[in-house]
Amino acid sequence: MNSQNGAGNYNSAGGFAAPQRQDMEYLCADCGAKNEIKSREPIRCRECGHRIMYKKRTKRMVQFEAR
Amino acid sequence: MSSTLSKSLLNPRRHVGVHAERVSDVSSTEYPGHYPNEDHSWDLEKFKEDLQVKVQRLSQRSVEFDLVGVDASIANAFRRIMIAEVPTIAIEHVYVWNNTSVIHDEILAHRIGLVPLSADPSLLDFRTPTGFNATPNDRNTLVFRLQVTCERAPKGSGKEYINDEVKSGDLVWVPQGEQEEVFAGSPPGPTNKDIVLAKLRPGQEIDMELHAIKGVGKEHAKWSPVATASYRLHPLIVLNPAQPVPAHLADKFAACFSPGVVRVAPGGAVSVDLAGMRKDSVSREVLRHEEFRGCVELKRVRDWFIFNVESEGPYAPERLLPEAVKVMREKISSIRAAAQALLADADGDVPGEATSKDTDGDVEMGDS
Repeated sequence: MNSQNGAGNYNSAGGFAAPQRQDMEYLCADCGAKNEIKSREPIRCRECGHRIMYKKRTKRMVQFEAR
Repeated sequence: MSSTLSKSLLNPRRHVGVHAERVSDVSSTEYPGHYPNEDHSWDLEKFKEDLQVKVQRLSQRSVEFDLVGVDASIANAFRRIMIAEVPTIAIEHVYVWNNTSVIHDEILAHRIGLVPLSADPSLLDFRTPTGFNATPNDRNTLVFRLQVTCERAPKGSGKEYINDEVKSGDLVWVPQGEQEEVFAGSPPGPTNKDIVLAKLRPGQEIDMELHAIKGVGKEHAKWSPVATASYRLHPLIVLNPAQPVPAHLADKFAACFSPGVVRVAPGGAVSVDLAGMRKDSVSREVLRHEEFRGCVELKRVRDWFIFNVESEGPYAPERLLPEAVKVMREKISSIRAAAQALLADADGDVPGEATSKDTDGDVEMGDS
């Protein structure tokens, strides 16, 4: 249970990834719709108006020990 | 078997006394120097004569067998080796690409690791810290894929969801290199295909790669080939012929033991045979009743071990004791090599020690 944080937060160069200026997609906690939210925009779902969003899971592989 | 045994069963040296509030004569006394003018030095011929192994009950997943004529240290060593040192294969590394189910990656990885696999451990090498087996290859790693997506079932199919339960049967073995031929006889997979690993709802998905390696139970219980491996000493119920149980109390007497232990004849005479004694739980209930005082003695046979072993994994239950013996012989041979190396070292310093090496009366071990 010690390796699960490794893959997620580091980029391949070894250091922390610089925050990329691409649009972030979030999932609405209520209806599950995809939402693009830019900085300083109100956090609000375009479909249902819900104000809670979930961050998407990393697309990288994550390693675990089965113990 | 029973005739020769029952004769020597009356030997009080083999008895462990079971009394109302204590046990007596727990330790064996038959060791060299305890009884004057008796030779109890270890002798292979005598050991062979006394040793008995007999399977009493065998089923698909469990076995009950008797091991008679060994010291508790040996019986206990086999029990512990069966639990902790007979190798099996279990999933150790989990690589998760996606898991949108409600069960967390860590918990799911742990659950998957505990699934017993049916792969023959002799076909795989142990991973080692250095050398050829330090990295995963087709000689030391089995690869499985788990890719499940839940969907809504079409109307009229009779069920609401497709893949709403991820089961151990969903593990797909991916042969690597020469594994296809090596495992051709029995492709590796879970021994039980109905273990629920996670529950899904439409839109949720699990996508992971699983690497199984060979290990032993002392590293982690998932590598233990047994569900239980335990023994108990054979119970002995000795009726006192000088003081028979009163006929009108025969049923009460029989009720003091486990069902089927004591037989009551139509006249009210009680009797116990060896098959009945085996069933007894030795609850000592009979010792609580004043009216049965002196009628019966409860004992156990110190060197008669009734093993109960449940196999979970690749070994047939009756294979587990031979596998444990194999492991024990490997341990002994490594100790022998170490002792001989030690002796060789000592020989360099002390001349004349070399003569004692061959006169220790040791038993030559053949191949297993």
